[in-house]
Amino acid sequence: MRAWIIARAGEWRGLVQSVSELRVQRRATVEQALGAIEAYRGVARDLATARRLVPNSRTTAGLEALYGQLHALISRKPRGGLPGLLDLLRVDIPQAAAELRSRMVSMALLMTAGAAAGWWLISTYPSLISLFAGPAMIAHVEEGHLWTEGMLNVVPSSVLSIGILANNISVSVLAFCAGIFFGLGTFYLITFNGVMLGATFAFVSQHGLAGALFTFIIAHGPVELSVICIAGAAGTALGESLIRPALATRRDSFQACAHRLGPLLLLCAALLVGCGFIEGFISPDPSFPLASRATIGALYFTVMCILMSGRLFKR
Amino acid sequence: MDETISVQSVTGVDLTLNIAGPGNRSYAFAIDWHIRALIAAAWLLFATYVLNLGSSPKSPDALLSLLPAAVIYFLYHPILELAMRGRTPGKRIAGIRIVTRSGGTPATTALLIRNIFRLIDSLPALYMIGLIACFVTANRIRIGDMAAGTLLVLDDTAAAKSLTRLETLAAGSALPLDALELVDQVLERWHSLGPDNRKQIAASLLARLQPGVDAAGIAALDDSQLHAKLTAVMRG
Repeated sequence: MRAWIIARAGEWRGLVQSVSELRVQRRATVEQALGAIEAYRGVARDLATARRLVPNSRTTAGLEALYGQLHALISRKPRGGLPGLLDLLRVDIPQAAAELRSRMVSMALLMTAGAAAGWWLISTYPSLISLFAGPAMIAHVEEGHLWTEGMLNVVPSSVLSIGILANNISVSVLAFCAGIFFGLGTFYLITFNGVMLGATFAFVSQHGLAGALFTFIIAHGPVELSVICIAGAAGTALGESLIRPALATRRDSFQACAHRLGPLLLLCAALLVGCGFIEGFISPDPSFPLASRATIGALYFTVMCILMSGRLFKR
Repeated sequence: MDETISVQSVTGVDLTLNIAGPGNRSYAFAIDWHIRALIAAAWLLFATYVLNLGSSPKSPDALLSLLPAAVIYFLYHPILELAMRGRTPGKRIAGIRIVTRSGGTPATTALLIRNIFRLIDSLPALYMIGLIACFVTANRIRIGDMAAGTLLVLDDTAAAKSLTRLETLAAGSALPLDALELVDQVLERWHSLGPDNRKQIAASLLARLQPGVDAAGIAALDDSQLHAKLTAVMRG
């Protein structure tokens, strides 16, 4: 036993050193990769021997650790880089978007129904607006001004944009992740957003400011609301993967669904960054007329549709 | 509850992975949290007092001071896990790493999905959902790991490093192999053991490995003398 360890230990020492170097390297040469595979086989053989001859020993534990490190090392996928990103935009995102098409329509309808309910609620019981809006916002509207007026005098556009985009991204990510509660979390979130939107519009229209609010949201709203619906659609798909698993177990099904739809959520986050900048720089700026805002909104929505279809990056 | 899992390998020798429990996870998270909070705070102080940038959201140059701090704080985990292939400084110190369910290095998508689900795992506060999930799931994973198909396993680098000393020790020492490994491990952990504990362990080991030696003499040795004696015994 001792003779075997002395004979093999020299090689293990070299391997520990080279594995720790390879683990931190970004790239490996073909020789290094082939060497790692050969070493993996050798360590497997030694580990099998050590497990039989000296189980529960430090040597076996060391070989187990080395074997695990080599296993992770040789199964490491290369970084995608730009080609990987292009594949994402060409294949993965359009596929995920096509899979969710009917769900997106359902989410848009759910949000619209929520907005109608919110409108009806505040039109019938105006005092309930305090459930959806803060006292400062209510006071502003009752004085005949939108809370967005003069926003740029208080906070710089850049800071405003960052705050807005961070909030929008967290709402969208939450709409997706809340799907884990068998889709119910997503349903509540989308409905609540719709109710809030409808209630706010009903309240401002009671004070003759509906047109002003429409002018404010027309540049960023179409993409922002669409992205929330898309994230919601992905959340319901996640919920369904748990209710009706397509694979052997719920966990496998959930994992496969998250991996399939995850790239779409990354695109949603990127689109919301754009929305944040529009909402921070253009929407509160009174120098932009309605026509310009509507054009920006329509163009950005078109960009979103093209990105979802994958046509922009077709080979 | 399983503490280890076996993963099939192409060599025919199964890979055994030691699952990291909620304690290891929390330890790593606490370290990472302090690192990111300290770096973010240090940047804010540097930006405010050295670069004279405004730290209030209403100041015109607030973006330059607040944005980097926010990026450090909120994107610490995804960026470092991607750059360090499933590890962070906290995980490194805690001796754990992220692997796929087949023991491999996780891909970029898996790491991003794992981090997206932090939002749910951290609800309602202090990672309550994630912690409960770790206690009730078979492989002690949080929801983010479930979605990404990842696990947190113990990375026993100390055991792997002990292989580097094995050749010299096994060739030079007259001690039986199990005793040799035991003494090596005690010496390796010498400074992390409490003074009383290491004295007790060292005295007990010396008494067993050198039966004729005077017990009272061993008890009279101080910390460094015990360390030197154990080293001498190990080297034969």
